[in-house]
Amino acid sequence: MTLDDIRSNRPVQMGLALLFGIVFGFLLVRGGATHHAVIWGQLLLYDFTVVKIMLSAVLVGMVGFQILRSLGLARAHVAPPTLGTHLVGGLIFGLGFGLLGLCPGTVGGAIGRGSIDALIGGGLGLLIGTFLFALVYPRVERGIAKVGPLRWKTLPDLLGGVNPWVVVIPMGVLILAVFWVLESLRL
Amino acid sequence: MFELLFEPRWSPYLAGAGIGLLVCLTLLLSDRPLGASTAFAKTGGMLARVIARERIESMDYYERVTPTVDWQFLILPGVILGGLIAAILSGTFAPEFVPPFWSARFGENGILRFVAALAGGILLGFGARWAGGCTSGHGISGNLQLSLASMLASAGFFIGGILVALALFGIPVGRGIWGLI
Repeated sequence: MTLDDIRSNRPVQMGLALLFGIVFGFLLVRGGATHHAVIWGQLLLYDFTVVKIMLSAVLVGMVGFQILRSLGLARAHVAPPTLGTHLVGGLIFGLGFGLLGLCPGTVGGAIGRGSIDALIGGGLGLLIGTFLFALVYPRVERGIAKVGPLRWKTLPDLLGGVNPWVVVIPMGVLILAVFWVLESLRL
Repeated sequence: MFELLFEPRWSPYLAGAGIGLLVCLTLLLSDRPLGASTAFAKTGGMLARVIARERIESMDYYERVTPTVDWQFLILPGVILGGLIAAILSGTFAPEFVPPFWSARFGENGILRFVAALAGGILLGFGARWAGGCTSGHGISGNLQLSLASMLASAGFFIGGILVALALFGIPVGRGIWGLI
């Protein structure tokens, strides 16, 4: 069975998606990120659990992805950036992040651990919010989404098309330095 | 080793590293980044289609993000199930309505909290689809591919989130970075 067979086998992919979701939900709960107090603690800048989880994932995934890509086993999935899409959309998301104290993935994990707030507040809101976006999507796509395009898709592009490892290694060192600072300051 | 599965909390570094490996697996085995918000868009589309099938199927958005049970949709029931398994294994499953952190500031009023959580969820869903991803799709999967779009979106997530959290709860004087200033 080759990689292409696995990727194009629908029943296998359905099973994998469910399994990937289960592992993700499990890890989000174990990391503590499905507790509103942990998310709000991060946004109030005194509990850095969420940053530690995200940066550890980025560190491990960044190295793993580059290894896979250099072996020809994975390809990049990155969007062409525009301020109108990514910064504006990100800020709207941020307002909800602060109000709910959870994000879409952690809403799922929080429902699993018993949060009714995540189910009837967050989950229902997410269904309504994504539907409202689907209604305005054509107008956003033609208008504000095109505002402020960036010429580069990735950090290596921005640095003049350098080999990704030239970015990955210093970025990895930087993330480790951030961890060292957070631990030294007991954050 | 197996005892670890039953521990209620892990080091955030361990949980994060596991998520990083998981994204490598989704990219390797499914040629897809791991994301969570698309599943809500698909679920909403499927529910709306029950009421107005033709209207929904003619919408541009649902031509791009098909409201069907597929890979991106199945992540969500998986996440809920994974959260449930984690909570059951550690004996920490507990129904909770108003989050204690919220009631410490705003009291036990369930209606007030429901309205805030619903508004929060609406903004999350609207913003995630506008930005083309959430804290999973951009914050982790995109950033680890060194995507500038994901870095911009992540900046937005945290700037917006920090401002709203500070407005709601006030500066926690003397705690965390506020104790260093």
